[in-house]
Amino acid sequence: MTNVIANGRIVADYRSANYTKQLKARYQAERRFMYYGIAAIAVALSMLAILVGSVVLKGYTAFYDTEITMTVMLDPQLIDPAGTRDSWTLRSADYQAVMRAGLYERFPTVTGRDERRQLAAMLSPVSAEDLQHIVLANPSLIGTKVTVSAPIASDIDQYIKGNIPHTTGEGGGRVSEQQGKWLEALSQDGVVHRAFNWRLFANVDSQQPESAGILGAVVGSLLTMMVTLCMSVPIGTAAAVYLEEFAPKNRWTDLIEVNINNLAAVPSIVFGLLGLAVFLNFLGLPRSAPLVGGIVLALMTLPIIIIAARSALKAVPPSIREAALGIGASPLQVVTHHVLPLAAPGIMTGTIIGMAHALGETAPLLMIGMVAFVGDVPGGVTDPASVLPVQIYKWAAQPERGFVERTSAAIMILLAFLVFMNAIAIYFRKKFERRW
Amino acid sequence: MSVQLRSQINEASGRAPARSATVPVKIAAENVNVYYGPKHALKAINLMIGEKQVTALIGPSGCGKSTFLRCLNRMNDTIGICRVEGLITLDRENIYDKSIDVVQLRARVGMVFQKPNPFPKSIFDNIVYGPRIHGLATTRDELDEIVQISLERAGLWSEVKDRLREPGTGLSGGQQQRLCIARAIAVSPEVILMDEPCSALDPIATAHIEELIDELRENYTIVIVTHNMQQAARVSQRTAFFHLGEMVEIGDTEEIFTNPRDERTQGYITGRYG
Repeated sequence: MTNVIANGRIVADYRSANYTKQLKARYQAERRFMYYGIAAIAVALSMLAILVGSVVLKGYTAFYDTEITMTVMLDPQLIDPAGTRDSWTLRSADYQAVMRAGLYERFPTVTGRDERRQLAAMLSPVSAEDLQHIVLANPSLIGTKVTVSAPIASDIDQYIKGNIPHTTGEGGGRVSEQQGKWLEALSQDGVVHRAFNWRLFANVDSQQPESAGILGAVVGSLLTMMVTLCMSVPIGTAAAVYLEEFAPKNRWTDLIEVNINNLAAVPSIVFGLLGLAVFLNFLGLPRSAPLVGGIVLALMTLPIIIIAARSALKAVPPSIREAALGIGASPLQVVTHHVLPLAAPGIMTGTIIGMAHALGETAPLLMIGMVAFVGDVPGGVTDPASVLPVQIYKWAAQPERGFVERTSAAIMILLAFLVFMNAIAIYFRKKFERRW
Repeated sequence: MSVQLRSQINEASGRAPARSATVPVKIAAENVNVYYGPKHALKAINLMIGEKQVTALIGPSGCGKSTFLRCLNRMNDTIGICRVEGLITLDRENIYDKSIDVVQLRARVGMVFQKPNPFPKSIFDNIVYGPRIHGLATTRDELDEIVQISLERAGLWSEVKDRLREPGTGLSGGQQQRLCIARAIAVSPEVILMDEPCSALDPIATAHIEELIDELRENYTIVIVTHNMQQAARVSQRTAFFHLGEMVEIGDTEEIFTNPRDERTQGYITGRYG
């Protein structure tokens, strides 16, 4: 640069080559910065795509399973030899034998004990349950032939889906060569077909992958979320309103504020330990219950809600408060009539995000026993229950191949819930955004 | 008592008595000091505000005129670090006395702010909010009547009568400010404090508000803070000049503007500083 000051005046030559060069460099820097940004977004998006893609690819097969359409004879000898037709007999009859008989009929050449066992193992034990339901609903069918869709055994299902290798011999392991041939024959008959896996949604957890479902976990999650919501929203909002609108600004409130922010950063497992020590051991609340899970998650969500609610309250312009005070509203009226309604969308958004956070939380719930096997849909907040992320955790630990795809499917369902909740949060934010 | 008080104050400040001795005193401030933390914002203010008169408070930015205005309905209470000393009386009652309920005080002393601040609710709800919380009216008919009277008073009725259900924030700036005045009137105050009510408005809207102030003078005592000296001259009967936290001079508006006693006042109104 040449001398900037000449004769006491500032000299600038905006047409000089020097200046043009500098200008160019400036634009280049700007463009570079833009590319960095685009690259960062591209990386983030591709990570997300890989994550979601792998989950979907692994899990989509869990939404259907393979069934065999079979016509079986409801043999009175097998079901109700005495002919009493009382419900206990009908309930406890060996329907598996009925299903087996149907298969043996299709493959009359299979006679050996070992071979027959292999053949029978192709059907899922669940198929007997389905048949039981049919008979219980209509006992007059006994003695006739009925056509049923029988779910195939999980290993065979995985074999068809290509998750268990089509190798023969010992390496193939779980599906024998014989079974492969029988399956081939059944396919030729045109009786093997895909069906929507409603068990995944309608059943509770099970040791057998083909009958394992998420209903229990979903209900458990809903109950837990209800407890969390009922606890954290009133307490969080009240704390935020007090701190923001009423509390004097002094060292104590500063300390409280700092600690609330710290609390938001405490690892969730610590909240689980707290729940274990206080709610289970000291207060004696029931183990594995959504009540305790909900309280623990509420403690964890509180700081998030308080922080969100405080910033929502802060965003309400002071002029509204002044206007209300100026016509003689009491401080409480100012808050309840004006400030809170205006801050409500922000508080709601914070709440939903906190809830989504809590919905995906696993670690603290493990500590309070929600990891136990629960074979029933919980009927209330004190019943033992599991929740979706814990269900995912448990299925991921199962060795059966069928649980792998169900794990991914459960992840998809959990993600769908989270996306849905976040969508609601965004909707509210857009809908009630700023009105002054 | 008011006359006695005035003479006391005049003696204290060593100035000649103001001419408007015929008007009864509505608000009297005696030796009022205000501190924001360590900052001494108002220094020994002595001031009388006559009933059913418009009193303008003028002065350069930061001189304390808004602070003084906000003392009159105790809006400064909401500022934690603010401390008010001295005596301010409304109808000879100390408004800082423990027996005075601040909610009641603010119902008697309404306020209009610098920036129009209607509630983000309908025009109707804006007006009826005050009467509702004070329990002035309960039936729908009464509320309707209050809305109409208040809006008529504020000169807004003809413009909004067909859209009372629409949000008050959808009005133009000048209309919003008149809505705020109507909202203040709706609780039937005795005094209306106006803190630079026209500073955010265009000249036409300003003229509207000024006309309105002139009409309201019939029924209300008005204290207006303004930066606009022409406005003070146009709307007020009395004018007080504030400078650096002191009340330099108060007198009839005409006199202040034509024949100021203090040279600081003269400097300000002739535009030498401020």
